[in-house]
Amino acid sequence: MALTTHFSDVLADCRKKNLTLSRYFFEREIAIGDRDEEEILQKMERNLCIMEDAVKRGLEGVESFSGLSGGDAKRMLVYMKEVSPLGDSRYFEAALNAVAINEVNASMGIICATPTAGSSGIVPGVLMAFRNRLNLDRRSQIDFLFTSGGCGILIGNQASLSGAAGGCQAEVGSASAMAAAALVEAAGGSPEAAGHALAISLQNLLGLSCDPVASLVEVPCINRNAVGAVNAIVAAEMALAGVKSRIPVDEVIQAMGSIGRMMPVALRETALGGLAQTPTARRIEKQLKEKGKVDLDKI
Amino acid sequence: MTIFQSVFDIIGPVMVGPSSSHTAGAVRIGLAARSIFEEQPDEVDITFYGSFGHTYKGHGTDLAIIAGLLGYTTESVEIRHAYEMAKEAGMKVSIETSEEISEHPNKARVCMKKGGRSMCVSGISTGGGLIEVTEIDGFNVHMSCDEPVTLIFHRDRPGLIARVTHILGDENVNVSQMEVSRKGRGERALMLLATDNPIPARALRSISLVEDVGPIIFLSSLSASTLSCKED
Repeated sequence: MALTTHFSDVLADCRKKNLTLSRYFFEREIAIGDRDEEEILQKMERNLCIMEDAVKRGLEGVESFSGLSGGDAKRMLVYMKEVSPLGDSRYFEAALNAVAINEVNASMGIICATPTAGSSGIVPGVLMAFRNRLNLDRRSQIDFLFTSGGCGILIGNQASLSGAAGGCQAEVGSASAMAAAALVEAAGGSPEAAGHALAISLQNLLGLSCDPVASLVEVPCINRNAVGAVNAIVAAEMALAGVKSRIPVDEVIQAMGSIGRMMPVALRETALGGLAQTPTARRIEKQLKEKGKVDLDKI
Repeated sequence: MTIFQSVFDIIGPVMVGPSSSHTAGAVRIGLAARSIFEEQPDEVDITFYGSFGHTYKGHGTDLAIIAGLLGYTTESVEIRHAYEMAKEAGMKVSIETSEEISEHPNKARVCMKKGGRSMCVSGISTGGGLIEVTEIDGFNVHMSCDEPVTLIFHRDRPGLIARVTHILGDENVNVSQMEVSRKGRGERALMLLATDNPIPARALRSISLVEDVGPIIFLSSLSASTLSCKED
């Protein structure tokens, strides 16, 4: 199987061989590596377990190592159960799963980078909010990760997956696009519709800067994971409804790469601009440098 | 440009947060230093450069590198207790930051001591948890630690490299990558060899008997993963 980096080629191949995206990327994985099918499935199953454990831990309530974040997933869970969200609860559940994982990441807990540590909540957040609604068995959940991962390969090779290279659009934007495509397939949509979901969700987050307060993967990263998850769901539903991206998916991905290259260094993970240089962020950074921990009452 | 090949480059690695470059990479620099030193040091002086120097407290880069020096991996939840663990293990730790401009924003230098032995190892974290060892005991190197490497310390003299590769050739061991570095002409030198298949013990013995060779250190790759699904 030729290793393409373009979604258009993947789509053509899926049509020709009547494959789903997950099957396509699974076969591609077998073709490139020295692992057999069983090993590949076990490895992905293990990643899924890590994601589930992280959500569980995050919902119990954790505090970040710096003291800057934590406890919000737990707050959101209480709100969902006791107050009930204004919108559809599945959207909110995806958001709170995503926050839970990213809070665990900030607390030095174990996560599975998807595609990065800072954007690790989005794909599992969406999957875990919809797996019951869509009656996904274990294998279908693993397939969700193959579709996400495969789309991530295409994005990473045509643009970038790193905040330092392409800003937050390359991390949260990519993760959201990966989740959107996988959700379309899980809901029974065609590979073509999955491509539109990928394109729509990525377009929505183009230009997003990476300006983390005190260089930490916490503010605004954790909340952005919630937005990335919800954005993925909206894009997937639109694509399932038949909405098409006017710009082809590969061109959207390349536009993300091009915006990343134009982005000033100050907005690419250096903490030299944007939110990271607000007066409050500077005080937080100073406190952290002097005391090693943030005291939220004293900033 | 094809950087990402496998879905596991995207869905993975499994790691302790918060940052693949500032935490996972730092654990691996500590682990690499420990394996190059071949034992747990009694005393370590760690220097952080660039971004590591500015943000190490918030990212737990210090905890990560200490945990690596104690033999913990990127998946060890114990990383956060690294200072206590070092104390228990009898490893004295000092941390400092340097304003010196380094060639890479995320660099750490680890100087290890035990008994009469001492050695400094420098490493950079290149992103996504990947690292490169850039200095071993004063020698400049470029070692990714993703594949097994054999380090052969020797004296710089004509024909010595040929002797070593000849022994490997006789044992049908293919060298995939090789790097040599020396302190000066005719002085101490270091050879790094990555091979397609493991070097048999017999060949290592023959190499160690070559005049002006020693010591030899074998480093396995750092990519092994041990966590598995928990039974519910």
